[in-house]
Amino acid sequence: MSDPSGAQARNPLYRAGFAVTERRDLWWMEPLLTVLGLGVGFGYLTWAAFLGNPEHGHYGPYLSPVYSPPVYEWFPSIMTYLPAFVSPALLILWAPGGFRATCYYYRKAYYRSFFLNPASCAVGKPWEKYCGETEFPLVVQNIHRYFMYLAVVILAFLWYDALKAFTRDGPKDYVAGAGSVVLLLNAVFLSLYTLGCHSLRHLIGGYLDCFSTCPTSKLRHTAWGGVTCLNERHMLWAWVSLGWVGFTDLYIRLVSSGRLADPVLF
Amino acid sequence: MPEQRSFRVFRGDAGGGQMKEYTVETGPGMVVLDAVHQIQATQAPDLAVRWNCKAAKCGSCSAEVNGKPKLMCKTRLDDLPADRPVEVRPMRTFPLIKDLVTDVSWNYEVNKKIPPFTPKPNGEWRWMQEDVDRVQEFRKCIECFLCQNVCHVLREHQKQPEFFGPRFFVRLAALEMHPMDAADRLDLTHRQSGVGYCNITKCCTEVCPEDIHITDNAIIPLKERVVDRFYDPVRRLLRKLFRR
Amino acid sequence: MDKYETHESDVLVIGAGGAGLRAAIESSAQGARTALVCKSLLGKAHTVMAEGGIAAALANVDAEDDWRVHFHDTMAGGKMLNNWRMAELHAKEAPDRVYELERWGAVFDRTGDGKILQRAFGGHRYKRLSHVGDRTGLEMIRTLQDKGVHQGIDIYMECTITRLLKDGDRITGAFGYWRESGRYVVFKSKAVVLATGGIGKSYKITSNSWEYTGDGHAMAYEAGAELIDMEFVQFHPTGMVWPPGVRGLLVTEAVRGEGGILRNSKGERFMFKYLPEANKKDFAESDEEARRWVDEVLAGKKPTVRRPPELSTRDNVARSIYTEVKEGRGSPHGGVFLDISYQPAERVKKKLPSMYHQFLELADVDITKEPMEVGPTCHYSMGGVRVDADSGASTVPGLFACGEVSGGMHGGNRLGGNSLSDLVVFGRRAGLGAADYAKSAPSPRPDGREIEEAASIVSAPFDRPDGESPYDIQRDLQTAMSEFVGIFRTEADLEEGLRRIETLKARAKTVGVAEGTRLYNPGWHLALDLKNLLIVSEAIARAALLRKESRGAHSRLDHPKTDSHFGKVNLAVRNVGERMEVRETPLLEMPAELKKVYDEVETPKAVKVP
Repeated sequence: MSDPSGAQARNPLYRAGFAVTERRDLWWMEPLLTVLGLGVGFGYLTWAAFLGNPEHGHYGPYLSPVYSPPVYEWFPSIMTYLPAFVSPALLILWAPGGFRATCYYYRKAYYRSFFLNPASCAVGKPWEKYCGETEFPLVVQNIHRYFMYLAVVILAFLWYDALKAFTRDGPKDYVAGAGSVVLLLNAVFLSLYTLGCHSLRHLIGGYLDCFSTCPTSKLRHTAWGGVTCLNERHMLWAWVSLGWVGFTDLYIRLVSSGRLADPVLF
Repeated sequence: MPEQRSFRVFRGDAGGGQMKEYTVETGPGMVVLDAVHQIQATQAPDLAVRWNCKAAKCGSCSAEVNGKPKLMCKTRLDDLPADRPVEVRPMRTFPLIKDLVTDVSWNYEVNKKIPPFTPKPNGEWRWMQEDVDRVQEFRKCIECFLCQNVCHVLREHQKQPEFFGPRFFVRLAALEMHPMDAADRLDLTHRQSGVGYCNITKCCTEVCPEDIHITDNAIIPLKERVVDRFYDPVRRLLRKLFRR
Repeated sequence: MDKYETHESDVLVIGAGGAGLRAAIESSAQGARTALVCKSLLGKAHTVMAEGGIAAALANVDAEDDWRVHFHDTMAGGKMLNNWRMAELHAKEAPDRVYELERWGAVFDRTGDGKILQRAFGGHRYKRLSHVGDRTGLEMIRTLQDKGVHQGIDIYMECTITRLLKDGDRITGAFGYWRESGRYVVFKSKAVVLATGGIGKSYKITSNSWEYTGDGHAMAYEAGAELIDMEFVQFHPTGMVWPPGVRGLLVTEAVRGEGGILRNSKGERFMFKYLPEANKKDFAESDEEARRWVDEVLAGKKPTVRRPPELSTRDNVARSIYTEVKEGRGSPHGGVFLDISYQPAERVKKKLPSMYHQFLELADVDITKEPMEVGPTCHYSMGGVRVDADSGASTVPGLFACGEVSGGMHGGNRLGGNSLSDLVVFGRRAGLGAADYAKSAPSPRPDGREIEEAASIVSAPFDRPDGESPYDIQRDLQTAMSEFVGIFRTEADLEEGLRRIETLKARAKTVGVAEGTRLYNPGWHLALDLKNLLIVSEAIARAALLRKESRGAHSRLDHPKTDSHFGKVNLAVRNVGERMEVRETPLLEMPAELKKVYDEVETPKAVKVP
């Protein structure tokens, strides 16, 4: 019987230690792939941000999402106060980076794969001490919603960029290059990811206990339902949008350096 | 001609034990619990196992099959690799009683700490289906305690004294989101239930035989409600300003 | 003998399913010190298996419904053998009990205007079953469990009671053992409420769990109480038939309530030809009419045509399926086809989620695409301890019973959905009755010698390490009961059944524990349950032999008609000097007023909504 405090006798079958398990499947595959995927995705973006770009991500009507919104163009003096190794991209990337770093899906992904906390279910781990998200620094994860607000603002700029990418020679003359479609998809995927956010789901209606009694109920329930629908695929959109942001930047980098031609579609 | 398969089943009690090998005649659609029953009836009458409905509705026959937490009544033999013996062990987060039976009484103690459903005094008992879809998902829980078993906070770190575990976050969420419930369990959720220990690694969701989205639909919404009251700096400021 | 621990209470409730929990909650609310014992963990009782719903004339969907129609349907379904007072109380109080569950936190499915939704079921004239998808029993037990644990009831889990203790004529407690440790325990109590459920483990193919070994029936019988209607064993028409491991597993009647169609191997919708003349007029005449009913119900409209024939009473549908299979028109695995796949897949998944998963995971059948194979399975015992309708009191002072272990409420055949309502209506009443009785009862004084005797019976199997395996005896009993005391019965079969039971009784005396200690030893536990199984099996066979007619769930091939003589009696089983006595006892006379209610409802037009 358990004592009132809840402390329990250990089951004699329990064995501590990293990777101790009776599972026979390839439980280590998922964390391994996650490490590789996150490594490539965030590695590229970090490299791109530090490396900078002579055109600050501009190529014709295109603007790389890594440089948008272009705050350094609105307030050019900022750059003079910053050390030389800081590229303008770093001024922006902390916000979407923070959004992803505190995202409930990414937390699962890196707690499992990088922190081995735990690496997989019913698999032993290397740590004895554990405080979860109750103490600094991880307690800071609780401000995820503020990064979400920022991400939504940035999303608006990315949509602006995507639409602008369809205006090659002045606003009335619509011409689409392959890059325009790349930027459009970028905005679409980021929307699918950002609008499926758990915090947004809560704030937009999930906090209510009863949908049918409040005056704006139908609207809230519909909004909550929409976010829920995206939220069910949050992991998918997290990966697709991450990959596509990287690809978008790479694409613009290649066409602006002349190593790739941007085909005109129509 | 009936086929045969070998099983390795844990036999022992709190003092220890070992895996014992048994051979079982298999038939179509057979599940692990059928095999355990066959072993009981023909080879080991004292093999201890809990079960009731044999239909994944009561949540009694939880165990670890080939190292994975499962309901034995739902684990088909044809889904398990035939090249090696099927290994059946008890859940190991709870103290062992005997063979496949563990002492899960701690869970019942936790349930007592959660204030029960408290109806609003003058509410009208009418609500729409969409108001309770969320709660009905949580109420599917059959209390098999596989989520409690797999959760590393309990399994590895033994935080039982300060952590309620996924099953009871589901219970808390079902009460908190009930349209007619008047009690406030947010302080309890934040300070006593240990929801902050959960690092949303989702093993509870992975093992849930009722497909309850424990993490996404119960724990994270609870975490967000806790943020509303205890962490969101703007809300705290606003509450301070407008308290009086 | 070994030492034993003692617990004292005013009211001891044995069994923690719906009835036991409700009784304990009520008894405790009345101020009685209440103990609740159960064989399994709390919340695992057989009530979780109840799927379709809880019958109560809320009139949320069909406004014409009221308690009188429910009363009528229950009596008609029970072939008038019911205790009329129980049927009346049940019909009148069920709505209050449903609303009470809701106020304790149960979350039923809703109608479009936000009320508790109700669905159609066999034998119920109107849509009457409040439900939560197809897991209504789980919802109910969880609600009662959460209510109970906060009410100060002492709960003893995984504890088996083997004997009721008596002080002279009256009950004074119970003796049992902890399943976990094998140690003895004595509960001293002024009153005992039996809520132990049914007897399904006497049969091979059953929807019941291992717990259903007739413990309450047998202990009450041994304590001198009277059992009635034991010949009426309900075979649920639709259990799974394939794969073998799940044979007998319940397929909820809600499948038919939601429009499921029964067909034989020739594709015929055979239920049309099995409708009894008496109420043929209430059912659709053709495929088109039945389909229209389903279409209208699906559209949320009030049906303008009559119900599909699949919604006939359970006894009738079970016999029809059995006959179809016997006459060679069965499905490949010895059942018939039940088809819901013509409906939109999303709707089937929403209304019958656990059936969808059950078939997909256990039988590789997607019920939204193909028909299920189903056949009769032993499901419910209408028979049980004779009780006073108002208080649940048995014929033994201090002994109360409620739920499936009590008899009388359902007569010769139970309607689907009337079980869950029975549990809460009479669970509450038995809790009230017991608490009330305990107020004036003397302190419990169990007799040390009786305790010692009970203990020696429990430890006896350990003295016979080379004794017979309890698993073999149980298997042979199940075979005998299924073969000779099954859906269709004859005198010769029943007598053969009784001969086999006698042999098995002798074998059971030699049962032993071959392996293991007292620590959680299922072989030993089963050895102790055998006695109960044998008592209830004998009671069923003896009562069935005496009732020389066919009525409700009792079908005699050698007496295929109803006999008006037997329509006036209940058969009662008693323990008279170690011999089982079965006698005819007259039915309770229904008061003229209620008779009038019944007759008025008989013709639907006469029903008025108050």
